[in-house]
Amino acid sequence: MSDALYYKSARELGELLEKGELSSVELTRSVVERTKAVEDRVKAFNSFDEDDALSQAAESDARRGNGESLGPLDGIPVGIKDVLAVKDQPLTCSSKILADFISPYDATCIQNLKQSGAILWGRLNMDEFAMGSSTENSGTKVTGNPWNLECIPGGSSGGSAAAVSAGEAVVSLGSDTGGSIRQPASHCGIVGLKPTYGRVSRYGLAAFASSLDQVGPMGRTTWDVAALLQSISGHDVHDSTSYKIEVPDYLDSIEQLKGKKWTIGLPKEYFESASDTASIGPVNEAIAFYKSIGCEFQEVSLPHTEYAVATYYIVATAEASSNLARYDGIRYTHRAEKFDAKDSVDIYCQSRAEGFGNEVKRRVLLGTYVLSSGYYDAYYLKAQKARTLIRRDFEAVFQDVDALLTPTAPGPAFKRGAHTGDPLSMYLSDIYTLSANLAGIPGLSVPCGYADGLPVGLQLLGKPFKEEELLAIGNEFESAHSFKDEHPEL
Amino acid sequence: MSESSHIDIEKVSELARIALTDEEKAKFSSQLETILGYIDKLNELDTSEVEPTAHPHSVENVWREDKVEGELPTSEALKNAPKQRQNMFVVPKVVE
Repeated sequence: MSDALYYKSARELGELLEKGELSSVELTRSVVERTKAVEDRVKAFNSFDEDDALSQAAESDARRGNGESLGPLDGIPVGIKDVLAVKDQPLTCSSKILADFISPYDATCIQNLKQSGAILWGRLNMDEFAMGSSTENSGTKVTGNPWNLECIPGGSSGGSAAAVSAGEAVVSLGSDTGGSIRQPASHCGIVGLKPTYGRVSRYGLAAFASSLDQVGPMGRTTWDVAALLQSISGHDVHDSTSYKIEVPDYLDSIEQLKGKKWTIGLPKEYFESASDTASIGPVNEAIAFYKSIGCEFQEVSLPHTEYAVATYYIVATAEASSNLARYDGIRYTHRAEKFDAKDSVDIYCQSRAEGFGNEVKRRVLLGTYVLSSGYYDAYYLKAQKARTLIRRDFEAVFQDVDALLTPTAPGPAFKRGAHTGDPLSMYLSDIYTLSANLAGIPGLSVPCGYADGLPVGLQLLGKPFKEEELLAIGNEFESAHSFKDEHPEL
Repeated sequence: MSESSHIDIEKVSELARIALTDEEKAKFSSQLETILGYIDKLNELDTSEVEPTAHPHSVENVWREDKVEGELPTSEALKNAPKQRQNMFVVPKVVE
């Protein structure tokens, strides 16, 4: 494939930069030009700053010129989901309530990317405060799926997925609370990884549900995703939930683990419900491929799967109602012009009414209710106990298998508006992804084929802190197929 | 359980500090009823002997030195305030 510069992988581009056959300014300009050419149709970005990106690129070139390259990401444009703080850049969470917010500091993962020399490129659209599965809940714009602009790109990291798929960024960062990296990756035909809870610092990630949120990498290849994960992983004193555990060399591990005969579990509860879904064809072909290279498959059971959606929507909304209390119209958000000054809380109520969109209001209301006096035990505590059962299901099956293989989503991207007005049906579309967040385990989505002309991903779920195994397993499939070189026509 | 009315939308919107129009109250309370009806599924589970999970991987107390480092200057911290004056947030008067 003689791809345009903007469609080459970070790995190829890094090699060209290293050899001096390409400059970061040249590469960044190619990505900027591509963005300008397709962005009026894709609408992946809330904003971008061309001059800022080119000046970062010039700094990268100067470093390389002095023999001071910072590694494989030095000079590579990385798109950033508009939920991560980058000093002096807007941070909107695609919400009207943060329309004018400028970050006063860097998130830790952003600091890490800067230390890797990456070019921080733009602010990518998302469902407002990461609440949604289609990016239709954005308060700023409607992002299209580059494979079919009438369809949703998935969500909540829809902009991050669409930008990489459309060649508007080489790789990107997203965040995943219930599938928000893996599902849009599946829908846009790219690779997305939700790391283990605690692998990546959440400092500077605008919080949605703190016990579920993780920042993670998205890209067109497993290698690119591994390189990005390498940069952002590790303990951080600013996030006490980030784990003090060694970070392996992911790029090396992919090579070392090549050819290993993995034992892979197929959770029967997932496949029972998946049998009549559009994703199942390509996923079954992927299973046949892994068998052909000597992997062993076992049917396993995760008996509490049917309770995951209910558990998730209690835990996630409860935490969200608490986290979003900070957006009060007083300190750093939109403030309503009109409020009842005699009522000391009306300024909050009006500012939040104007600033939040429908899905955010719905979830904050639900979360407030399940935490309210008299209902806490029946809902929140009950859900935390159900969460223990779901977590134990995974612990039990990982005694026997290295990883689990499932569809990432029940089907390919749906048409815009298909679930409008029926929030529960939208919530159920996350059925294969959200258990991983409840259990805190890593999950990877890798493109595995097409249904109705749209990409479909397979999901690999792994043991805590074993991202390298998922990347290696995913890489086996990717290397034997050409999906990474197939791009949408725009 | 699913047909019973769960939610007092007036009270919840007050607790959540979100002003709702009458139309929104009707829409959200009906949607939340549907979701809560689905959530009632959890009552099928016997969790009497189960410990709750607050955090997926148990973390012991995490300590660090209590020292000031890299704090934002006041002017930076106030930069995003909707109204500010003399290094302070401006808020409406709440006492007579």
